[in-house]
Order: sequence, then C-alpha cells, then structure tokens
Amino acid sequence: MMHTHMNHTGFAALEVVVAIIAATALFLYPLAMFISNGKHSKWKASRYIWWFLGIILAASALIGPLAERSHYDFNAHMAGHLLLGMLAPLLIVFSRPMTLLMRTLPNQSAKRVSRLLNSRYVTLLTRPIVAATLNIGGLYLIYMTELFTLMHMSSWLYALVHLHVFLAGYLFTISILYIDITTHRYSFLHRGIVLILALGFHKVLSKLIYASPPEGIPETEGEAGAMLMYYGGDIIDLMIIILLCHQWYKSTAQKSRKARPA
Amino acid sequence: MSEKQVPNIKGNVVSGVLFGIGLMALVDEIIFHQLLQWHHFYDRSTPFIGILSDGLLNAFALFAVVLGLFMFADLNRKHNRLMATWTASFFIGLGGFQLFDGLVNHKLLQVHQVRYGVEVLPYDLGWNIAGAVLLVIGIVLMIRTRKQRQAG
Repeated sequence: MMHTHMNHTGFAALEVVVAIIAATALFLYPLAMFISNGKHSKWKASRYIWWFLGIILAASALIGPLAERSHYDFNAHMAGHLLLGMLAPLLIVFSRPMTLLMRTLPNQSAKRVSRLLNSRYVTLLTRPIVAATLNIGGLYLIYMTELFTLMHMSSWLYALVHLHVFLAGYLFTISILYIDITTHRYSFLHRGIVLILALGFHKVLSKLIYASPPEGIPETEGEAGAMLMYYGGDIIDLMIIILLCHQWYKSTAQKSRKARPA
Repeated sequence: MSEKQVPNIKGNVVSGVLFGIGLMALVDEIIFHQLLQWHHFYDRSTPFIGILSDGLLNAFALFAVVLGLFMFADLNRKHNRLMATWTASFFIGLGGFQLFDGLVNHKLLQVHQVRYGVEVLPYDLGWNIAGAVLLVIGIVLMIRTRKQRQAG
C-alpha cells in the first residue's frame, strides 16, 4: 500500500498523541487511588494491574511493532483490533474506573457525573442491544465498505475509526457485564441473548471477510486474518460468557438464601 | 437431601439439554473442523442465510455449554440434582444438535458438507443416524425416569 510523505507524518503524530494519552491514563489511576484513599476505605491496588494491562494492550494496537505491521499485514491488523476492541475493554472494566472516578471527585462533581450517567443519552447508549449494534455494526462498516481502504490513507480517519472500535467495545462490555457502576440493569436472559446475537454476527462477519477481504489484501492473508477474528473472538467472548454466567450463579444463590423460610 | 423440597425437574432438563447441545457443537468444532479437517471453515458456496444460521447456532452453543454447567452447579448446590433426568436431557441435547446440524445446516442450508472430495451419502447417513440414535437414547431414558418417578 502506497503512503505519501504527508500521511507518514500524520500517523507519526497520531502515535505521539496515543502515547501521551496512555501515559496520562497510567499515571492518573494511581493518583486517583491515592486521593480517594484519604476519604474512603483502601482501594484494592491489584485493580491497577487490570488498568495497566488494558491500557498497554489498547495502545499496542496503535503504537509499536504490532501497529507498524498492521499497516501492511492484515493478520497484525486483526490482532490489534482484537486487543483494542475486545480484550483491552474487558481488562479495563475489571479495574472499575467509574467507581474510582466517583469516589475521587469532590461531591459536587461526582453528582454531576452521576447525573450524566443517568441521562437519557447514556442510558440509551448502554442498552445492550444499542451497544452491540454500535460495536458489531461499526465493524461491518469498516470491513464491508471502502472505509478500511480510506482509513489507511488519512490519519484522522484512522484515529477516529480506532477510537470508535475501542469505545464501542468498551460500551458493549459494560452493557453485558455489571462489574463497574451500572445505572440501568437488564436481566441475565436479556444480556445473554444480546451476547449470543453479537457473537453470532461477529462470526458471520469473519466469514464474509474470509470470502472477500477488503481491497488490496491478498487472499491467503485475508483468510488467515478472518480466522483469527473468528477464533480470537470466540476466546474473548467465551471469557465474557463465563463471567456473565458466574454472575448469574452468584445472584441465584443470594435469591435462594433470602427466599428460604427461617 | 437435607430438606424436603419439590424436585426441580425443569431446571435439570434445561441444564442437561443446554450442556448436550454445547458439548456436541464443541465436538463438531474440535474433531471435524480442527483434527480431521473434513469440514471447511467456509466453502465459498454457502448462501448468506447458511452463514447466518451457522454463526448464531455456534454462538448459542458456546453460551449453552457454559450456562449448562453453571446451572448444574446451581442444582447441585441446592440439592436439586436429578441425575437420571439430567442424563436423559443431556442425550437429547447431544442428538438434537447433531441431527439439526446434519439436516438443517448441512442439507437444507448447505453451510458445508460432512466431508469433501468423496461420496457424501455414507457420511451424511452416518452423521444423521448417529444423531438420531443419541436422540432416541435420550427420549427412552426420559420416559423411563418419568415412569420411575410416577411409580415411586
């Protein structure tokens, strides 16, 4: 794939921006831990490990050797997308950033954030079916239209698409797994069905990519990348399925204890 | 059983069937796709509806194997486990998935065939008869446990 000199500068600038954001994120989390530990009970330091891994893996899709390769190697591109859109969000949810934010902020600001989380807009976005559509639908747009080719020509578009992949992946994860602060809750069955639909359409998309990869991708590379998407998606979604079922298992125990007559 | 309670038959049936469906889908994936490589990931002649049905079915099966096990653990924890009912349901799940995969996915929707480059009829017969046998075992076991329960 041909890049003009301009584009190279654009992508280099993007790497610098991502590096600054990632470094800031890695620094802010322990800072918030420190501040909030003064007001509340001690925050589990082990949660920083999830945050750290999540941020590093998300950043690795955009900076470093994997990101470099993903400009010309479809397999590397797909590996980066699995990290950015699926694994990193799952790890970050485990570090409970919203919970940490709420206990760090002064009361007034915390209330404002809480109002935002309860707003109609956020409530709509975190509906499982809406989050799943943004997530999987976005992927169909990337791979089934010209977007894949176009984003490799413009660093702005490239940044925007990758930001969407991460945010939509994160939104989807928090709409299915209630680990961090969750304002509107949906039943286990509801979330289970949406998760099955999302995984099913993810599988369908990988087969469509296998059959006709984006323009300029050699056939064997497209096939290998599509299979990486299929089985990689299976592994990460299997983790989400296990976590969701485990949450159900814990919640039914509580219910039966309450229901048991004294 | 520490306390007297109504046996949770429905829970046992759902858990057994889900685990059976999920396990058979895993066997299909691991043995026929990966080890033997008889099945193809995608054989390029599949109509879209076939890919869609296969994708959703496999996603459901992955969920089913996990939920089936967690439900089993829940039944066990609450002293609700009825092993005979669960086993009968497990066979119904195994056979049901195998037969559905063989008839609907392989034949009706033409997702992929059992094996390529050979006469496919004996493979189809073997596949679907195996599924039917598992299903019949499940149904017979279910009828037997029902009778025992009514007698006891």
